[in-house]
Amino acid sequence: MMNEDVLRGYRGRLREKLGSEKIGIGDLIKVEYGEKSYEGILMPRLESADEFHIVIKLKTGYNVGIAFEEDMKIVRLKEAKKPTFKPPPLPESSSDLPEISIISTGGTIASRVDYATGGVHAAISSRDLLSIVPELSEIAKVEGDILFSVFSENIEPKDWSMMAKRVADKIKSGFEGIVITHGTDTMGYSAAALSFALSSLPVPVIFVGSQRSSDRPSSDAASNLIAAVSAAAQAPFAEVVLAMHETSSDDSIVFHRGTKVRKCHTSSRYAFQSVNSKPLARFRDRRIEMIEKNFRHRGGRELILRDKFNERVALLKFHPGFNPEIIDWAVDEGYKGIILEGTGLGHVSSKCYKSIERAIHEGLIICMTSQCIWGRINMNVYSTGRELINLGVTPLEDMLTETAFVKLTWALSQSNSREEALKLMATNLAGEFSHRTLYTWK
Amino acid sequence: MEYAKIGLKVGLEIHQELETSHKLFCSCPPKLFKGPPEFIFTRLLRPSQSELGEIDPAALFEFLQGKMIIYEGDCETSCLVEMDEEPPHKLNEEALDTSLIVALMTDSNPVDEVHVMRKIVVDGSNTTGFQRTCVVSLGGSIKSGEKTYELEQICLEEDAARKIGDDASATRFRIDRLGIPLIEISTAPNIHDPKEAQEVAFAIGRILRSTGRVRRGLGTIRQDLNISVAGGAVIEIKGVQKLELISKVVEYETLRQLNLIEISSELQKRNIKDSDLQEEFIDVTELFRNTKSKIIKSATAKNQRVYALKLPGFSGLIGRELYPKRRLGTEMADRARFYGGVKGIFHTDELPGYDILEEEVRSLKDEVKASENDAVVIVAGEADECRNALSAVLKRAKEALQGVPAETRAANEDGTTFFTRPRPGAARMYPETDVISIPITSQRLESLRRLIPEPPEEKLKKLMKEYTLNEKLAKQILESDFQELFEKIVKEMNVSPTLVVVTLTETLKSIAREGCVVENITEKNLFEIFRLIGEGRMYKEAIYETLKWLSNNSEASPLEALKALNLETISREELRRIVELKISENKMMLEKLGEKALGPLIGILMKELRGKVSPDEIRNQLKSAITTFIKDRKE
Repeated sequence: MMNEDVLRGYRGRLREKLGSEKIGIGDLIKVEYGEKSYEGILMPRLESADEFHIVIKLKTGYNVGIAFEEDMKIVRLKEAKKPTFKPPPLPESSSDLPEISIISTGGTIASRVDYATGGVHAAISSRDLLSIVPELSEIAKVEGDILFSVFSENIEPKDWSMMAKRVADKIKSGFEGIVITHGTDTMGYSAAALSFALSSLPVPVIFVGSQRSSDRPSSDAASNLIAAVSAAAQAPFAEVVLAMHETSSDDSIVFHRGTKVRKCHTSSRYAFQSVNSKPLARFRDRRIEMIEKNFRHRGGRELILRDKFNERVALLKFHPGFNPEIIDWAVDEGYKGIILEGTGLGHVSSKCYKSIERAIHEGLIICMTSQCIWGRINMNVYSTGRELINLGVTPLEDMLTETAFVKLTWALSQSNSREEALKLMATNLAGEFSHRTLYTWK
Repeated sequence: MEYAKIGLKVGLEIHQELETSHKLFCSCPPKLFKGPPEFIFTRLLRPSQSELGEIDPAALFEFLQGKMIIYEGDCETSCLVEMDEEPPHKLNEEALDTSLIVALMTDSNPVDEVHVMRKIVVDGSNTTGFQRTCVVSLGGSIKSGEKTYELEQICLEEDAARKIGDDASATRFRIDRLGIPLIEISTAPNIHDPKEAQEVAFAIGRILRSTGRVRRGLGTIRQDLNISVAGGAVIEIKGVQKLELISKVVEYETLRQLNLIEISSELQKRNIKDSDLQEEFIDVTELFRNTKSKIIKSATAKNQRVYALKLPGFSGLIGRELYPKRRLGTEMADRARFYGGVKGIFHTDELPGYDILEEEVRSLKDEVKASENDAVVIVAGEADECRNALSAVLKRAKEALQGVPAETRAANEDGTTFFTRPRPGAARMYPETDVISIPITSQRLESLRRLIPEPPEEKLKKLMKEYTLNEKLAKQILESDFQELFEKIVKEMNVSPTLVVVTLTETLKSIAREGCVVENITEKNLFEIFRLIGEGRMYKEAIYETLKWLSNNSEASPLEALKALNLETISREELRRIVELKISENKMMLEKLGEKALGPLIGILMKELRGKVSPDEIRNQLKSAITTFIKDRKE
């Protein structure tokens, strides 16, 4: 915030002119040329917009763009007022409520708008959170903690380790449930990563995000957050889950198992779906109801932190015309494992056999998942499948591709040999396999 | 009334839906659906906080009540954009063109770059919690009569969802209307007379219609009015659906403000101060143990309570009429309903009455220690509802000390208005960053200039000359929704222009007055009626009944209407047969009256054949039949 550009988005001659008049964003200015005259507050310009328009906010609250002319007169009438935020008095939390930590990693689950400039400011401190979602104070004693603040597409395996460590610290210091706010794009990967990294978990760890940013009245952020904090405080399960809308309505939030969840829609509130399983539980009418009967209960066990991930794993989606040299490249680059997202029951073209054979010979682990998303791998039905098995490809049952990728990065770092890693891959550690494929219909 | 003297100021905001191929921010057709919805979803809107930590009080109130919003939709008219499940697409350029044409017609200055904003609206009418809107042009003017009126701005915005139901637990909307492009034209508050306000609205309406690019029918044009008198307050009246209602709404609002100012000075004369109005709500349920009042009886039967509030010095003022049929008491009841969820209030200015007896009023006054100058308000309901309601009544009473409270009101169909919410603070707007800004180039304006239709005054002259219409009829068709249809009909068919104008304006109006939904009559059917008339397959006498029938049978055709109404034309042969029959049935009369029997017989036949055959044809045939009859008799 310190070095914020006072002419954000303005470039070229226009920027020079504004600069020479010592004008900055938020100042009240007057623009005159010919018979036209405008008065308003200078607004920032979007990065992608052209460099020939000044944007001002009129007294009515509307923004308009004025075309820049060399001979136009621009003067500052009044300097910008620094926005001040006077939060309303905080509601008191009852002292016998469970203590919950909200770890923020990015995404604006809670924010407020600066109506003067249109800027959206993230609210992360517990004070901010409570002032925006005061209902939280009736559910738990909430602590807010910023781990980092990144777009979720920029999150890397080393960030999963940081998240896992921070959660472990919080649990050690006595928090009875953890909420992690996260950008939605890769939230499913992070949830899977923590499912493996936090073994023998004694309390619930709830990932939560929003599909509509929290500056708008219709945001799903508050209802998701209320459900997440409720689960962290009260849920009977001690697993890593992801809390998001069940449908387009605000009245039902579901908790998906971290290893079974996938973002299946680009924009809707109900983007996250449990694949090849039902959600673990549901939050409705301020109550948590279990859907899955088999789950790990809260308890006094000791957390075991296994927070290493081996980044040398590739995820390759097979398609007609797939070039097997991509596999060769991964081998040459020193990759330790490949998840192949094959077709149907788990197939790739016979053109790939040679490269796969070589990779396995070089010690790589190659696992198969299906690009069908729903359903189970079965490599015994067609000859292609049987041949791939003979080459040493490992079928991963009904595991999600993304979960398989995360698990392999984790398994490689947890073992000393290929065999040990393969054994881990085949073991159901965090509900990533379900042994029965249930009828799913919509 | 001398409106100039009392400092009346009126500003108009005219909202008109535009006729475009798709909605403003998505590719859905701008259409409404009938019948049951295909899907339903429920939402909560959370008032967002501004940088100053402020929340719209009315919005907060509704949110805290936990009121759900239920949305209904169907796949033909809505997609994920209306559901707020997908970001908006690009702004509809066709709608922007129409707005720019209107700007050019009114000398309003187009902005160089259009920026779409989000205007916070949390009543549920927008699934997002804000309305997308943008300024297209600034300033401008409009001529009405001899005067010129200043415009403030022209905006392009998305229409809201339609409210179809409201109860204590939920508000219900249909999202089909959401996203239909609307143009909003705002005048400066420089209108000083109710009639002028209406005329300016008509002038704006004429300009909009002349573009041929606006939607028609009930609800496609809506007016908001900002009205104040000297010493009063700016009152925003929303949703006036008919232009004809504007002058009445302004007249009533003027009266309302003047009378509220008078009540305030009367209270000052009585030396009543804010501190005299105390928040003391007294449980008086026991006093009404044996009441005959049905409302109170049904409340106490449910174990609800009756609470009273004393308003010192208000005697005679709560019952004072502000404008026809509305009193200060009505305004207090509006607030009590809004904030307390009660059905209404009783006050001592109207009691005894409503089955509440004199002795009950006496003991009520005793109980709250009210003197002769004091008024007492009572409500029945759950204890907390009563307290919320009376607290709202008390607040309204305190506002009466000051005069006119600034608030948003909505118009009824009779021109009266009711409280909807306190006037929101400065509109909170921030940029819609999901929609890119659009530069308006001079090339674009130049090419749009060529699409400007002739001004309404020119059009009027042309209509009079080309179709030999008198000024009244020409104006009538110009101000109707059917100017284009009219021209199409008279150009293609051999029918009288006067008949077409009268049908499309007066006839439709008069069947609407009978309660028919004229919007159900499609343009296709109107066209078809005149085709049938032009071809001699229908007579103008059948128009009225046919239109009435079609308003109840929107899917049917005029031919089906004629069949159902037994108004199908009959052949000459058949007419001759019927005439002969009538003659033989009325021989006695004919013998007595001779040729003078023509009149009564025409009456009899017209009664039977009206609309099925032309009156001239009946007269001619009857005349010759009578002549023959008399001749035969003589022989």
